[in-house]
Amino acid sequence: MNKIILIAMISFLGFSAQAQTKKNKNLKYTTEVNGNCEQCKKRIEKAAYAVPGVKTASWDVSTHQLAVILNEEKCSPADLNAAIAKAGHDTKEVKATQSDYDNLHSCCKYDRE
Amino acid sequence: MFLLSVSVFSQEDLEEVKIVKKQKGIKKSYTLTANTTVITSKELLKAACCNLAESFETNPSIDVNFSDALTGTKQIKMLGLTSPYLMITEENIPSVRGASQAYGLSFTPGTWIESVQITKGAGSVINGYESISGQINTELLKPINDIPFFLNAYGSTDSRFELNTHFNKKLSDKWSTSLFLHGNARVAKNDMNNDGFLDNPLGKQVNILNRYQFYDAESGLVSFINFRYMNDKKQTGEVNFDPDRDRGTTNSWGSEINTERFDVSTKIGYVFPDMPYQSIGFQNAFNTHNQNSYFGLNQYDIKQNSFYSNLIFNSIIDNTMNKFTTGLNFSYDQYQEFVNVNDYSRIDNSVGAFFEYTYDNTDNFSVILGGRVDNHNRLGVFVTPRLHMRYNPWKNGVIRFSAGRGKRSANIFAENQQLFASSRTFSILDNYGKVYGLNPEIAWNYGVSFSQKFKIFNKNADAGFDFYRTDFQNQAVVDVMQSPQEVLFYNLKGKSFANSFQFEFNYELIHNLNLRTAYKYYDIQTDYLKGTFQRPLQAKHRFLGNLEYETNLKDDKQWKFDYTLNWSGKQQLPYTASNPSQDQFPEFSPSYAVMNVQVTRVFSPVFEVYIGGENIGNYKQQKAILGADDPFGPNFDASIAYAPIFGQMYYAGLRFKIK
Repeated sequence: MNKIILIAMISFLGFSAQAQTKKNKNLKYTTEVNGNCEQCKKRIEKAAYAVPGVKTASWDVSTHQLAVILNEEKCSPADLNAAIAKAGHDTKEVKATQSDYDNLHSCCKYDRE
Repeated sequence: MFLLSVSVFSQEDLEEVKIVKKQKGIKKSYTLTANTTVITSKELLKAACCNLAESFETNPSIDVNFSDALTGTKQIKMLGLTSPYLMITEENIPSVRGASQAYGLSFTPGTWIESVQITKGAGSVINGYESISGQINTELLKPINDIPFFLNAYGSTDSRFELNTHFNKKLSDKWSTSLFLHGNARVAKNDMNNDGFLDNPLGKQVNILNRYQFYDAESGLVSFINFRYMNDKKQTGEVNFDPDRDRGTTNSWGSEINTERFDVSTKIGYVFPDMPYQSIGFQNAFNTHNQNSYFGLNQYDIKQNSFYSNLIFNSIIDNTMNKFTTGLNFSYDQYQEFVNVNDYSRIDNSVGAFFEYTYDNTDNFSVILGGRVDNHNRLGVFVTPRLHMRYNPWKNGVIRFSAGRGKRSANIFAENQQLFASSRTFSILDNYGKVYGLNPEIAWNYGVSFSQKFKIFNKNADAGFDFYRTDFQNQAVVDVMQSPQEVLFYNLKGKSFANSFQFEFNYELIHNLNLRTAYKYYDIQTDYLKGTFQRPLQAKHRFLGNLEYETNLKDDKQWKFDYTLNWSGKQQLPYTASNPSQDQFPEFSPSYAVMNVQVTRVFSPVFEVYIGGENIGNYKQQKAILGADDPFGPNFDASIAYAPIFGQMYYAGLRFKIK
């Protein structure tokens, strides 16, 4: 048991150390973003592409999953989440402000959790 | 955890209410940048369509014509220009070019085809510089997702028989292979118009394709290896012509066209696992095409050995809104060509680099800007620019624009070999050019199109129009307007252009009953020595109508009905007014209509039967061959076919599949 914890700790340490020294140029990042329709899809993807370092972005209307590949040297997942929220869409990490949400088109006003 | 399980359940629910959407025969895109339509295999089943040349009868973008009164080969045209002005590729490797121009489309059996993509206008620069009015790419069935066994048998009242068998096997979890065997034969002589000449050639074709596909999703590697052998023999001419006895004599007029072809092609593609938007492709193709033929006393032999290589790199600039494709092409063509005693053998080679940039705002606008530079031993060093744009002004509407340049060397004999079946003398009037004494053909093509989807009485409809113009800066003019005893080839002096306008309307009349209509207007003018004329054998007005009806699948059983009407207006005919009156054509052909029908009965996913009729109105060209009573005399001409020679034809066939 001790051994297993040790191995887990070492590998975790190793992983985080690597992540600190070497930033991933092609980080695959997926998160949940709330939205309703095709128009939301366009808005969410447009907001994602507007973040420098985002290489590709695709939001699925039915699963609400936003799949992104980004360059960590230029931006972070946090930047992405902030940008999506700024466009009026709640993400799993960051909620949109009420005023940004209110600016959405009426058909795009998804049910907030 | 709770949230997660909820989303999993909701996804399952979605799966269950998934709407089973019927596959459409012709798919039009509202998001692609170029004006591309896709013909699916479903559409190919609508007609007898024994081979690729015959698969466009129900398609509005492509006109099917008859190239001559002897071989019955169907010539296709796009925007009013014949197939040499199109880039015809098979899985993105140029296939019908050079020596195979006249009959090449009939060398791909219809059952091998998975889909056909038709792009109107300039097209992409990735595969070459030759396309002027459009591109046709054929995708064959892929070994990885094909069914283990397929059998198709076909017979028709013009005594043509076909047999297609496909075998497919998974060799391992990464390797799959397919073996396609095709044979066709026309065994009996037909002369329905009693002019003493066969209406259709006797023929035999054996066509074998063996392909291997490698696919490894984890490493991102994909590969294809294809081997193909084809042997095609045709005999035509007078009914009593016996090749062993009469060849090379004036006993009776006959012709044999024998073609043997061997192809090897390989493809390897790699998609970077971390970067799904980045890939490298490398394709190589070698083929040898050997045609030995004679038309009466005219001897025509052409052998072409070709090598084609293409290296392609795809990636993005910053993000996937900005994509680019770049790479290199190399091509080598060795021709051994003999027209009677004249030797036109030559070697052509070219090397080129291309770059294509695509911007897509992921919403309503995209643009493709492409260019290439080539160095060709006969065409010199030249630049080929191409541009495509797409804009969606509102929902379900799309406006497109394209412009581009194409350049090619005309293979004047291979492309016009139907003229050998006449007493015409061939004369090339220029001698300073590098291709048979002629200069390369150069043309610019511009086009705009608009298409809109909407509902009428709650049923789907769409309408659209397009207008394209091709302007030739130089053309290898084929002049049959001067004299019925001559064909002249010379560099364009003056103007030559092709304007085409198409209006299309499609509507689901009632559930499962679809109507497709298209009207086409062509104005194709060339300055000949004698003056300006419409391009011969081209109708100014054409109309296409297609009705399809299918019953709902019930216990895996289904009926499918299909009706197609092709109306063709009057056509300018080659000049024959100086002949004696019985060997003349009028200046213009009459207008006519051809109707095809087909009924398919699906008995189960395993077995289906179809019967059909072509040209059921039994329209026939009254006089098919000029001077038929004296085929070695000065007025003989079998090259002027503006309508079907053979009247009505009925066929039946079956398809058997093991899944």
